[in-house]
Amino acid sequence: MPYLEENYDIVVVGAGHAGCEAALACARMGLNTIMFTVSIDSVALMPCNPNIGGSSKGHLVREIDALGGEMAKNIDKTFIQSKMLNLSKGPAVHSLRAQADKQDYSREMRKTLENTENLTLRQGEVSELIIENNIVKGVKTFSGARYFAKAVVLCTGTYLKARCIYGDVSNPTGPNGLQAANHLTDSLINNDVEMFRFKTGTPARVDKRSIDFSKMEEQKGDERIVPFSFTTNPNDIQKEQVSCWLTYTNEETHKIIRENINRSPLFSGMIEGTGPRYCPSIEDKVVKFAEKNRHHVFIEPEGNYTNEMYLGGMSSSLPEDVQYAMYKTVPGLENVKIVRNAYAIEYDCINPRQLKATLEFKNIEGLFSAGQFNGSSGYEEAAAQGIIAGINASRFVQGKDQIIIDRSQGYIGVLIDDLVTKENKEPYRMMTSRAEYRLLLRQDNADLRLSAIGHEVGLIDDDRYNYVVEKERLINEEIERLESISVGASKEVQDILKKCGSAPLGTAVTLAELIRRPELNYDLISELDPDRKELPADVIEQVNINIKYEGYIKRQKKQVESFKKIESKKLPLDIDYNTISGLRLEAQQKLNLFKPASIGQASRISGVTPADVSVLLIYLESRKEKA
Amino acid sequence: MDNTSTIAAISTALSNSGIGIVRISGEDAFEIANKIFKPFNETQKFTDFKSHTVHYGFVHDGDKTIDECLALFMRGPHTYTREDVVEIDCHGGVLVVKKILETVLKAGARPAEPGEFTKRAFLNGRIDLSQAEAVMDIINAENSYALDSSVKQLKGAVSDSIKEIRAILINRIAYIESALDDPEHYSLEGFPKELAADVKSSKEKISGLLSTADNGRIIKEGIKTVILGKPNVGKSSLLNNLLGEERAIVTDIAGTTRDALEETLKLNDVLLNIIDTAGIRNTDDLVEKIGVEKAKAYADEADLIIFVVDSSKPLDENDADIINIVKDKKVISLLNKSDLESVVNKEDLERLLDGPVINISALENTGIEELSNEIKKMFYENKISYNNQIYITNARHKALLSDSLESLRLVEKSIEDNMPEDFFSIDLMNAYESLGLIIGEAVEDDLVEEIFSKFCMGK
Repeated sequence: MPYLEENYDIVVVGAGHAGCEAALACARMGLNTIMFTVSIDSVALMPCNPNIGGSSKGHLVREIDALGGEMAKNIDKTFIQSKMLNLSKGPAVHSLRAQADKQDYSREMRKTLENTENLTLRQGEVSELIIENNIVKGVKTFSGARYFAKAVVLCTGTYLKARCIYGDVSNPTGPNGLQAANHLTDSLINNDVEMFRFKTGTPARVDKRSIDFSKMEEQKGDERIVPFSFTTNPNDIQKEQVSCWLTYTNEETHKIIRENINRSPLFSGMIEGTGPRYCPSIEDKVVKFAEKNRHHVFIEPEGNYTNEMYLGGMSSSLPEDVQYAMYKTVPGLENVKIVRNAYAIEYDCINPRQLKATLEFKNIEGLFSAGQFNGSSGYEEAAAQGIIAGINASRFVQGKDQIIIDRSQGYIGVLIDDLVTKENKEPYRMMTSRAEYRLLLRQDNADLRLSAIGHEVGLIDDDRYNYVVEKERLINEEIERLESISVGASKEVQDILKKCGSAPLGTAVTLAELIRRPELNYDLISELDPDRKELPADVIEQVNINIKYEGYIKRQKKQVESFKKIESKKLPLDIDYNTISGLRLEAQQKLNLFKPASIGQASRISGVTPADVSVLLIYLESRKEKA
Repeated sequence: MDNTSTIAAISTALSNSGIGIVRISGEDAFEIANKIFKPFNETQKFTDFKSHTVHYGFVHDGDKTIDECLALFMRGPHTYTREDVVEIDCHGGVLVVKKILETVLKAGARPAEPGEFTKRAFLNGRIDLSQAEAVMDIINAENSYALDSSVKQLKGAVSDSIKEIRAILINRIAYIESALDDPEHYSLEGFPKELAADVKSSKEKISGLLSTADNGRIIKEGIKTVILGKPNVGKSSLLNNLLGEERAIVTDIAGTTRDALEETLKLNDVLLNIIDTAGIRNTDDLVEKIGVEKAKAYADEADLIIFVVDSSKPLDENDADIINIVKDKKVISLLNKSDLESVVNKEDLERLLDGPVINISALENTGIEELSNEIKKMFYENKISYNNQIYITNARHKALLSDSLESLRLVEKSIEDNMPEDFFSIDLMNAYESLGLIIGEAVEDDLVEEIFSKFCMGK
């Protein structure tokens, strides 16, 4: 039978947040790229929460931006409220979150995709991978067409054999009733790919007109809006913002949930997949935190185009009638009208252990993957993997070295390392606590950390890169200056200090030492420093943080040094761990399964003890000597 | 360091006593031994020797016979290193043992690095790392109490108390992290105060462990003991009696700086380093000739002072000077010359000094056993209440404990400075890791090499 046949450098399967970043990276790096989606109208869809960023996820967005990705720019164009979170805490955990107009977000991204050179959008379901001798050659679509390519990036999200469930209702569709992809799983299994089944969920959307906001706390955006992208001029995005609202569940809500918990598909066994512990449904929370008599409910607008509101914190898979009953117990929602039910969604994904940190399959050359397909959860996590998979697929085709961001370079590194190294039995969500070196991995310095990589791969242009290099120079110069200038204990100085609520000086100190005082900062001591030159705000921010937290930063850098030491001890992929005596049996098995790339990665595999790691260190040493 | 060539070393302490052992390990061990060792029964062929048998013969360097020896042939893998091993037992003279080693090296072996035999045992899967570290301490432990302490340390007394502290720290770290990620359900209100209390108690526990480090030194290196007394009270006779009873064991304890004035002896299984006054025995006049200052210097350094008084004469100014020097120290007073009529009695001295008073006669050799029991008793009860306490006897452990203490101090500083909670975890984590390195629940890449480099040569 005749069929359509086309050739590309790279095929990207899926046009969600991972697919968009992957396809844009490939096309912008000059590779002829085609991306498939089951619905062109659903590009960059946000099927769950209507926001981008938040604790630790905001860091990912900044890092994507520093590498030359699109997510930050897209949300800067389409946000309707913006807030820097955790300002009362240290700079490591400040995190930006913006409410998106969902339709605008999707439309803007589509516009960008459609106007990117080298990129073709195609609606259709990819049903089969073409793989010969463990090398990927392309894909087949459900229609029988063949698209040959040198690399394929799978970003299928939650669509593989997807099923949406609430109560005893089960629909074989993807999110929002979109068509599921029912064939690709079989092709993967035929190629010895190990699959998992995960689930996640979303709360109901309700009609704004049915809410009594007077019973809720208003959550406004920041007065001065900070953009996500390092390239967006803050002055260009100051605008009128919409509010979110906060209300709470109560004992009555919890009682209804407890009484009906047996009707949850989780309990009836209808849901087989494992859900995310860190993004729990309201019924999970009621069970887990039995002692809490209330939980937050955030009411968030889905966009300016609609009256639909998202009930953050109340995702559920309870039956429709129970959903209504429990929502109505919440202050302000007494007369609520549901527009869309809450539901759980189940889908196929892979065991990400099968991937290298480059996001290429260890056993299938040229096949890359990203996003929820890899067992993660969240738009930002997906996009972060998407850009790395896109970069590495492109470099694979170009015959260049692969890019790996390690745990000390970015949250992206932590995310990917966790995915490929730790045994994730549930959708993986990025969290601040997962980043050991978070004081160095701040959202405010992502450009300084990662622009060089973005520039090297060709996603950051020279102008932008030179700006970052110059910024770094100015920061270092200013820190050096402040460390070298002393002020004495003159009356004038003491008066200024007193005005700032700071203790008077005993002896002369440097300006840097003054900045280090908890109650002072760079701006507050400006009177004591008449010679300072005018510096851009982003430079001042870095100077202030680096001086203020110098001791902590130094100690964290030392931790990174020891990390790098064992990370740099590479383990060849061909080691048969069964032959290394001294390793415990469990360690041998795990190491053979994971085939870690370094001693560092080996040490993070569960079931590999420090004693096993010592054995590996000695083994490497002796192997080196014998060679 | 390559791990395949054949290595050799002297595996007994270099001393003039007993026998000396040269150990050879590696694939060429038998071949090398064959070149230098001639069995007494020359018709016997070397290759016919059964594994784990002992043979009598001579070591030759070319035509020259060096010594008559016993050779042990042990075929791998049932040996300490799991390699072929030959041990040559010879007469213990320093020169002879050294000469035999030289011959072995000439025949093709290479000198073993410190700890290399054990490293091979580890490499070949015979022992694990914690055992390796224990071996090091056991080798270094010079008396049976120290040995016991090393064993106890491994069995887990130290490890248990460190685990306890770590459990508290990780719990606090985890709470901070939870609160960062889920502020809705984990509140940090009042947390710094709670944390400060935990940090304080952890610091105390670590300081407690650290304070045993000095006792640990005593156990390993022996109790530094000074015999003080004015001229002619019988100090030298006492020392002779002590040495006569248990002839001094000359040791080569790694890390112990031994000056010529020290004698080491084992009394009732307790190791004593006695500041030997033999050098000034002729003048026999410590207080007058060397002066009060010198006596004081000795006393300051000492872990234990044995104060000798002539009970047949009244206490005088010289005695008073010494009593002044030793009154705040651990001291055992001896009333010597109990064979003569005494004018000073036990009560007189007990009023002047804390610590036991014993009647002895160095001349008639009486009361020595009582003295040795008293030392043992002090060792058990006062100085180191050995049965209930844990000792840090390892310098690496001591350094890591200090590191963790410093990290906790920084946590306290952060709390005092009202830093946001997420800053606490950097130093909490450092403390947690340092403690983990002690008990092998954290890995440091140079640790393995470091441990092996500390082994005595030849073990």
